[in-house]
Amino acid sequence: MSRTRSICPFCGCGCSFYILTEGDRVIGVEPSAGNPVNKGMLCAKGWNAFDFVNSPDRLVKPLIRKQGTLVETSWDEAITTVATRLSDIGSRSGPRSLGFLSSAKVTNEENYLFMKMARAAFKTNSVDHCARL
Amino acid sequence: MAGLAAAFGSGAMTNSIGEFEGADLFFVIGSNTTAQHPLIGARIINAVEGGATLIVADPREIPLVSYASLFLRQNIGTDVAVMNGMMNVIINEVLYDETFVATRTEGFEQLKETVAKYTPQVVEKISGIRAADLEEAARRYAGADKAMLVYAMGITQHATGTDNVKTCANLAMLTGHLGRAGTGVNPLRGQNNVQGACDMGGLPNVYSGYQRVNDDAVKDKFSKAWGVQGLDDQVGLTITDMMTAARTGDLKALYVMGENPILSDPDGSQVELALSNLEFLVVQDIFLSETAALADVVLPAACYAEKEGTYTNTERRVQISHCAVKPPGEAKVDWEIICRVATAAGYSMNYDSSWEILKEINTVTPSYGGITKERLEKGDGLQWPCPNSDHPGTAFLHKDRFTKGLGTFLPCEFKPVAEPPDEEYDFMLTTGRIYCQFHTGTMTRRTNMLEREAPRPTFEINPEDAKRLGIRDAEMAEIQSRRGAIRLRAEVTSRVPKKVVFTTFHFHEAPVNILTNPVHDPVSKIPEFKGCAVKIRRIA
Ligand code: SF4
Repeated sequence: MSRTRSICPFCGCGCSFYILTEGDRVIGVEPSAGNPVNKGMLCAKGWNAFDFVNSPDRLVKPLIRKQGTLVETSWDEAITTVATRLSDIGSRSGPRSLGFLSSAKVTNEENYLFMKMARAAFKTNSVDHCARL
Repeated sequence: MAGLAAAFGSGAMTNSIGEFEGADLFFVIGSNTTAQHPLIGARIINAVEGGATLIVADPREIPLVSYASLFLRQNIGTDVAVMNGMMNVIINEVLYDETFVATRTEGFEQLKETVAKYTPQVVEKISGIRAADLEEAARRYAGADKAMLVYAMGITQHATGTDNVKTCANLAMLTGHLGRAGTGVNPLRGQNNVQGACDMGGLPNVYSGYQRVNDDAVKDKFSKAWGVQGLDDQVGLTITDMMTAARTGDLKALYVMGENPILSDPDGSQVELALSNLEFLVVQDIFLSETAALADVVLPAACYAEKEGTYTNTERRVQISHCAVKPPGEAKVDWEIICRVATAAGYSMNYDSSWEILKEINTVTPSYGGITKERLEKGDGLQWPCPNSDHPGTAFLHKDRFTKGLGTFLPCEFKPVAEPPDEEYDFMLTTGRIYCQFHTGTMTRRTNMLEREAPRPTFEINPEDAKRLGIRDAEMAEIQSRRGAIRLRAEVTSRVPKKVVFTTFHFHEAPVNILTNPVHDPVSKIPEFKGCAVKIRRIA
């Protein structure tokens, strides 16, 4: 069994814990004792913050809509489609026709990069996230 | 958080979780802390057991109430009136911090003028709180040496959310409960990285570190750092504006990362309409959410356990997280997907790890300047502002001066909820979070233990109302607003006052956001989740 330092993904308290893994599988979490935020405690949500990781419902392949339905596709096709469609719409209707919704669940680095993509690659400030909600 | 930024120059929680132990008094308004932020709730309970005083203001009798010495049960949407009333008492009885007001603030005269008419008797009529209770709350909050004001979405999710927040700031400044340990105005953030998403510029008006997009010097700085010309210098669209623009056809494409706006937005059916009207929708997520099901392309992402990086909690503490397992199947880490899309669109992005991105953040974001991987690895995180690698981080803000210099009183008038109950729609619906489910439930619904504890959507209704309508506990009923109807089970409880029903927005079987009112706060654009008029009917 190995232990990996991480942060509970379920609320803004930011409790610190270790993810316990057996091979490729997450089997539990263990609060870190010394952390000033949670001092070795977790709430019920935190103790269960590993179950969904192994869920059979996880997305495992890119999907693309063909004749109305979502079907599996390759990363190359998915990425090319996204980049081309966004670029085309942006050059045809202007950057204001594009919107980007960032996430209060992903890392700081990913949030930074997402807004950088919206602003540097697609030239729009229309980037927001759902924390207003 | 526009209200706090206008008052103090910074929109984040002013103080720290660790300081909860040293406070003498907590004034908790619009936060069901034990449900939404369980471990902060536990801190408050500990402090109360150690002798601190707790005052709770909430329309519902939330669990914290049993620890409170005073419970103010205000009518929904009357927070501004309640706090103006407290300030009225504090000024009349000269209980305010005269030195603090004189040396650290501006605008006191206007505040005094505005709150003058909010006498406890007037406020009793508006809020339903007895004048004597309001006076006592005012005296206790002002009289405490160190008082922490704590709020959450009960304050922000109103059409008057920005006014509510400004009024919290007024109250804390008036009494000098700011700039010291164990005091402050403390908004508790909902999702795990809301603070970080804002700090990193996931907002239409600012780059990372709240650097304004319409400031030429800032634009030049980012043009150079990113090696790009022609950055947009106009403030962009908020999520609410985007949904409107999608309906009118002005917004044609949307890229959604890790969010499910159909369930989290106030007017779910309108959002669905808006998204269906787009030419192109991309959703990047770990599950096929309701929003992803509408997409043209769905990109499978990694979850927190499958990647490395940093997150910023509600007290501005940046903490490190490492990768425990590989993502399932072909799923990829979000930052790698972003790099590939940007590069394919002609703007090359190459990073070898999250840490290389963090280094770039350090160089362009002053408040994160000293927050490096090495330091995070060694300690328990760093609280921004932390401008350089020798800086220890900042436990509480506004010590000797406010971020913007003087703190500004921004007095607000009480405005009634946008859609009050009437004869036909005679109940007020309010929404919130219950203990075991998290936001729209995409993660928690797939966590077996949590699904078992709170398996079905219910709504709370007062025993007297239930009796009148012939609805018994656990029976199905229909809640109808002007926008739609949902069916769910009743939980008959005096936790809610008469003529108020409460439910959550976690369950796709009964998406409550079909009902709620999309009228939003003109500044923060936060929609009114906390109150709309509905009618209730028994399903025979
Ligand atoms: S363990 Fe509970 S209180 Fe701590 S971050 Fe997770 S959900 Fe929040």
